[in-house]
Amino acid sequence: MAYTGRELIAARCAKFFKDGDFVNLGIGVPLMCVNYLPEGVDLWLEAEIGVCGCGPMPHYSQWDMNMADAGSQPISLIKGGSFLPHDRSFGFIRGGHIDATVLGTLQVDAEGNIANWLIPGKVAPGMGGAMDLCAGGIKKVIVATDHCEKSGASKILKKCTLPLTGAKCVTDIVTERCYFQVTPNGLVLKELAPGYTVEDIRACTDADFTVAEDLGVME
Amino acid sequence: MKNKVFTLEEVLDKLHDGQSVMFTDLHGGLAADEIIDGMLAKGVKDLTAIGVSSGRHNMGMGKLIADHRVKKLLTTHIGLNKASIEQMFAGELEVEFIPQGTFAERIRCGGFGLGGCLTRSGLGTQMQEGKQIVNVDGLDYILEKPIRADVALLHATKADKAGNLYCAGTSHLCVDYMAMAADLVIAEVEELVEIGELDPEKVIVQAPVVDMVYVRQGEKAPLWKSWASQIAKIQEKEAAQA
Repeated sequence: MAYTGRELIAARCAKFFKDGDFVNLGIGVPLMCVNYLPEGVDLWLEAEIGVCGCGPMPHYSQWDMNMADAGSQPISLIKGGSFLPHDRSFGFIRGGHIDATVLGTLQVDAEGNIANWLIPGKVAPGMGGAMDLCAGGIKKVIVATDHCEKSGASKILKKCTLPLTGAKCVTDIVTERCYFQVTPNGLVLKELAPGYTVEDIRACTDADFTVAEDLGVME
Repeated sequence: MKNKVFTLEEVLDKLHDGQSVMFTDLHGGLAADEIIDGMLAKGVKDLTAIGVSSGRHNMGMGKLIADHRVKKLLTTHIGLNKASIEQMFAGELEVEFIPQGTFAERIRCGGFGLGGCLTRSGLGTQMQEGKQIVNVDGLDYILEKPIRADVALLHATKADKAGNLYCAGTSHLCVDYMAMAADLVIAEVEELVEIGELDPEKVIVQAPVVDMVYVRQGEKAPLWKSWASQIAKIQEKEAAQA
């Protein structure tokens, strides 16, 4: 089955995970990744509120105030899952125990900077746990985002213009149009979504990038 | 053993204008609802509130914000309480945003006798402005200072009469470290048991740090109000499929 749009983003991000990885997924498209895990890949999903091993949302007859994730959404616990204190869940994050995180964003740039918490004077919900996820403890920080804003402006910039959430922390950028790897030499276009050409991506991307020799198809 | 169970009136006697108060709510749920309602009725104002989020305008600590009782807020997120957003942009509510992991550690330091913590959360962002950067073995860290409060207003699933607390599942959240970081520690609990009835392995806050226990009189902690509309939508779908 050929995915498109946000489904394609989630399905591609899910391929980064290995069986047994301990991951933290942001709200929205990042959390959708769990629906596209390759056969044989089971994850430990963290909720910052204090869960190692979040399971799917149960039937509403089972909803329980003492079983919620960081967004106060109902959760279940997978077999082997456990509760933990709030401060320890950030110890997992900063301390290098989480294998990967997937985050949405407002902007991301060619140096791996990410800005997803503040539009001064307009949108200021707060950073929640995002700055901790971007603090360097997690070695794989994947940005899952629409390629452009609704206005058509590129979200993948030479340099972020909004206040940063994290500096030089992003390792991979997945959009509905392509997948970039972030390297010390800038962005490398690794895969194209079906129907897109390198020229299409250049036309809608503010950041410069090089094209991988083994440029592949994103699926 | 000293009995720490008090009435709502006795608890409210300790809560005054201008205090700094820690709240353990998660987005308005799992709050010390009856004490918060009592604070609203008593007219307590000019509070400094400390909580993971600003709650919701109609639940938990967020109600105090919606009713303009809070002048300063230390938090990580205000996106679910429209009153907090409006008041911040109107200049009526001072908000200090803190990364969530740093929020936990600063309060923990406040309660654990530590002068602060060194973290890389927020390094290279505006979070480091005005703060000391400390280099340890070649890596830069931001020095984040401890947070304490006059009062910690906790919610717990169970307490015994001595003040030992148990919190089920994810309601544990910040109860344990907030209980360590305030001069006066008050717990509103769903259920009270005799001393010795709590499983010692499940006690998350030890009795000596808890000053007052108040047992909820009304219904158990209500579900998040947003859940009712979510359930209604699912039921609609189910009905359509049937």
